[in-house]
Amino acid sequence: MTSFLMHTILVQASGTPDPGFSFGTMMTIIIGAIFINNFVLSRFLGICPFMGVSKQLDSALGMGAAVVFVMALATLGCWGIYHLLLVPLGIGYLNTIAFIIIIAALVQLVEMILLKFSPALYQALGIYLPLITTNCAILGVAVLNINEKYSLGYSLINAVAAGIGFTLALVLMAGIRERLEQAPIPPALKGLPIAFLMAGAMSIAFLGFAGLGG
Amino acid sequence: MSLAREFVKGIYKENPIFRIVLGMCPFLAVSVSVENALGMGAAAGFVLVCSNFLVSLLRNAIPSKVRIPCYIVIIATFVTIVDLIMNAYLPDLHRNLGIFIPLIVVNCIILGRAEGFANKNSVPAAIADGLGMGLGFTFAMIVMATFREILGNGTWLGINLLGEAYTSQPLLIAVLAPGAFILMGFILGFFNILDNRRKGGAR
Repeated sequence: MTSFLMHTILVQASGTPDPGFSFGTMMTIIIGAIFINNFVLSRFLGICPFMGVSKQLDSALGMGAAVVFVMALATLGCWGIYHLLLVPLGIGYLNTIAFIIIIAALVQLVEMILLKFSPALYQALGIYLPLITTNCAILGVAVLNINEKYSLGYSLINAVAAGIGFTLALVLMAGIRERLEQAPIPPALKGLPIAFLMAGAMSIAFLGFAGLGG
Repeated sequence: MSLAREFVKGIYKENPIFRIVLGMCPFLAVSVSVENALGMGAAAGFVLVCSNFLVSLLRNAIPSKVRIPCYIVIIATFVTIVDLIMNAYLPDLHRNLGIFIPLIVVNCIILGRAEGFANKNSVPAAIADGLGMGLGFTFAMIVMATFREILGNGTWLGINLLGEAYTSQPLLIAVLAPGAFILMGFILGFFNILDNRRKGGAR
């Protein structure tokens, strides 16, 4: 039974004949998700928390950590349900409904577990957790992993790297916005407009990574 | 009368994109061309109207403690319907919109209208609200896509406006990711100016 499961996870479901784990592919996925196709600045996923929680460095870090954590868990859950339940039953088209339920349930579960076992961590991440259910980056990474036909290992790597990319964009943005508080800005651009212009400038900078993937 | 008001408010006064700044992800990502904008607007508008209708119809049947998961399941059902229909009849558009079709599920506008309006109002009002918000979203997408397609490609809805000389060397950044952020910054700034003018006039 175990060997059957392992076989399913490694070979059958990955859609590729070679289950081998190549270091090159791994690095391509990591660099791609963090820099080249940064989730916020080039794929436009997770803009709402990016604009909402990037006013202070501390909260940006907290949100980033919560997103990395939930992304990895959600990817694990969604990948498992898709390949071990939906595909064998021939109802793969229900993936959107299944994934959003898994993500919502996971976020609830994580919230309850944290509250019970690690109140300190709950204090730090708690307020960001409910927001994460409707963070399109989480559902986005789950759907992307299925579309790209990644194996479980690659999916997890992609999820963690995407979360790190999200955190990177969020933390950079928080640093810029803390400075902007003191900067002389035209009154019409105060608040969100200047934040979008800054995001545009960062996005231009990230375009420079485009050649890295080869 | 009040139905008309529910309908009209979504288009300008409470425009989900320009006023409330919700649903940014598909808005910025898909507004590359007017065609994509129309497709996305129609898909999101359909889901919005249907989910508003069903949420309003079931508003007394859904226990308030589990209402958010119920709304999400309702929305996800309609998104799956749209996804399958588009895949069957408009495969090119479906490929262009890609991952943003399933992501309509987590579009804050739709959940926001279910939670903020449909669960407290009658079915006709909820449908009017959904239609208005859907049109407002589509309108905002078309405005943004008009700028981006003309600047970045020299065309509008595929019609060449600026001639060969421009299309051979367009302002490419407008259709790339940074262009979306920068244009959005200026559009929101423009709305700030309008707001300030109006306040100044009233005083």
